[in-house]
Amino acid sequence: MSRVAVLAGGSSFERQVSLRSGARVEDALERLGHDVVAIDAGQDLIRRLRDERLDAAFVAMHGRDGEDGTIQELLEILGLPYTGSGVPACVRAMDKVLTKHLLLEHDVPTPEFFAFNQTAFRELGAADALPAIEERLAFPIVVKPSSQGSALGIKFARTAADVPGALVAAFSYDAKVLLERFVDGRDLAVSVLDGPDGPVALPVVEAIPAGDVYDFQARYEIGQTEFACPADLPAGVTERAQQLALRTYELLGCYGFGRIDLMLDATGELYVLEANPIPGLTETSLLPQAAEEAGIGFDELVARILASAFDRRP
Amino acid sequence: MTIDDPPERSTRRDLERYAGLFSARTRVMTSSATRDLMAMSDRPEVISFAGGLPDTSSFPPETFASMTARIADESCARALQYGPTEGLAETKGCIVDVMAAEQMAVDPDDVLVTTGGQQVLDLVTKTLIDPGDTIVAEAPSYPGALNAFQAYQANVVQIDMDSDGMRVDLLEETLDRLERDGKRPKFVYTVPSFQNPGGVTLSLPRRKRLVEVARERELLVLEDNPYGLLRYEGDALPTLYSLDGGVYVMYLGTFSKIFSPGLRLGWVVAPPPVLARINLGKQQADLCTSTLSQILVHAYFEHHDWREYVGALTELYRARRDTMLDALAEHFPPQAEWTRPGGGLFIWATLPDFIDTSDLLAAALRDNVAFVPGEGAFLDGRGRSSMRLNFSGADEAQIREGIRRIGEVVKEQVALYGTLTGESAPVPRGTEGAAGDAADGRDEGGRVVELPRRAERERRARRS
Repeated sequence: MSRVAVLAGGSSFERQVSLRSGARVEDALERLGHDVVAIDAGQDLIRRLRDERLDAAFVAMHGRDGEDGTIQELLEILGLPYTGSGVPACVRAMDKVLTKHLLLEHDVPTPEFFAFNQTAFRELGAADALPAIEERLAFPIVVKPSSQGSALGIKFARTAADVPGALVAAFSYDAKVLLERFVDGRDLAVSVLDGPDGPVALPVVEAIPAGDVYDFQARYEIGQTEFACPADLPAGVTERAQQLALRTYELLGCYGFGRIDLMLDATGELYVLEANPIPGLTETSLLPQAAEEAGIGFDELVARILASAFDRRP
Repeated sequence: MTIDDPPERSTRRDLERYAGLFSARTRVMTSSATRDLMAMSDRPEVISFAGGLPDTSSFPPETFASMTARIADESCARALQYGPTEGLAETKGCIVDVMAAEQMAVDPDDVLVTTGGQQVLDLVTKTLIDPGDTIVAEAPSYPGALNAFQAYQANVVQIDMDSDGMRVDLLEETLDRLERDGKRPKFVYTVPSFQNPGGVTLSLPRRKRLVEVARERELLVLEDNPYGLLRYEGDALPTLYSLDGGVYVMYLGTFSKIFSPGLRLGWVVAPPPVLARINLGKQQADLCTSTLSQILVHAYFEHHDWREYVGALTELYRARRDTMLDALAEHFPPQAEWTRPGGGLFIWATLPDFIDTSDLLAAALRDNVAFVPGEGAFLDGRGRSSMRLNFSGADEAQIREGIRRIGEVVKEQVALYGTLTGESAPVPRGTEGAAGDAADGRDEGGRVVELPRRAERERRARRS
């Protein structure tokens, strides 16, 4: 039995979700017999991590700081074993633009996109390129901040008139945004869990939104979105989705666990949208559902993720 | 499994264990992205215009100490005991005083003391609404009221406002339309004075007409008046209750904004048959309102000058309102417009359509300043370019700095939009087209609360 810090909260916009993930992990770790120290990541983080005489840290933070490599960098300096992906994987996965370039270089399908910093518009007249981009991507176009973890700031531009407002919204969250071709189809998530024999893809979860758009609210609220697990997919599609997820996980260098979000279009083509190095662990989150379907209860899931912290691949 | 062998410790954090047990009603009580963003505004370093907090720091602690000492001395056992559901007679006496200060004569028997004004919203809705029943409210409306209405699965119809408050002509059109559809609203919910969140006040002619409409159609009105005594300019207008005499108008009052929200003390005045039902609902909910709070209010009213304290609050908030209005004029871009409240706690500001205030809040929080995005005040997706700004809970230096920070973010977004569209900034909506008075907003579509022209002219005069 170990003395484990559960890091949650922080100051990202996903703080509330993180607190719920963290609380649930704390319960599981206690049931598993561990000595649990809950830490809401703030100014006293380093001092507490040093003073608490810990064996490991379970990182249950989402979004900025927790999922972008910042916390991982600090844990590396402290030499404390921690759960989940290391610094480089977090840096790559949190940046959708970096992720997508990496995927394209390795022939993993991802929707076509163009990405810009604010300076491109302010100083380089990138707005003049918008008509060409719109023609290339065709409407509707998805506009999103490069680094926001949840669906915050994601807008659907249905016409050219919507694009500037959507860009302004996305730039509220990040200095870099992308315009992405909209894939009309089914919303799939493949969670990946590391084990003794390397990473394994869990059953595919399909999110079926009740409303028009699969928005932030629906993502975390019971009753707002229906989830099908395992997703009812044609033969071969499940396997292909799992292969793509594993390939993405490995290309990014993820470790421990993660979740890859994909779209399945009407022709049966699959596209990787993004990777989440620390996906939600709340009661409505997709990774725990997928694990459950694979016969791995929440406590066992937490136990396996914690075990991987002590056994980090170089 | 026996009692000696309890199930594994469960906490409220293990939500999924209970998810299947929740009522359909609670499905609407969801959290949201905006609410998660709002949670960030609690951090101490954030200048927050998000709450609706009165400045309780201005209440003299020695007054509080003498009140509690007196209660301990004179009525300890009673203060610690249950009380009647309708409230204590002496507390009702205080309520009669407060209502008299706004020229309302009320029979104490028509008053029910409640646990804050919010309980009135809950009890009135519980008493009158079956799932699917219609409530008419203002657009925008107090989100806490909308939540209470939704919790009882009401169908809420919102009526646009302008600088003179609810458009009663549109209300009548809406009532006609509902009648054609075979729907009769159960009540109209309105905050006529210094509306939350709009900051506007229902004009006298509209007050009179609203009361007539209620009579003609035998329709109940719930008049929510938390801020009526916090008036910073002009003459008081008669309340709907006083115009109607309490036949169709139910009245909601509260001590929260004139004394203390921590006491959780409000009241409802309603026609006796309605009040009797509300009383039953109150019994089911909490048996009675805190006796201690009621006795505390009475001790305060009996031995201290509550009007003087309200006067002091009025001075304090007037200065803060003026500071915020000046800061808005200085720091917000010309495309923005806002209401100029004659009292109350809130200013409602509307930005150009292309700015989504929920996204703007994310950017503002990076600069440690917060407000309430407008979308929560509508149930139909409007309000996305508006925000509610509270001016009572921050001091003047914070107000100047906070508005400056929001203004910077807004100006950045306006400039970015201009760059993206290759156009100069759009024409302010308050100035487009021919001049006309505020009432002819009939064809203005998505526009919500209109900026009074006077303020617009003043603002431009100051700029030039």
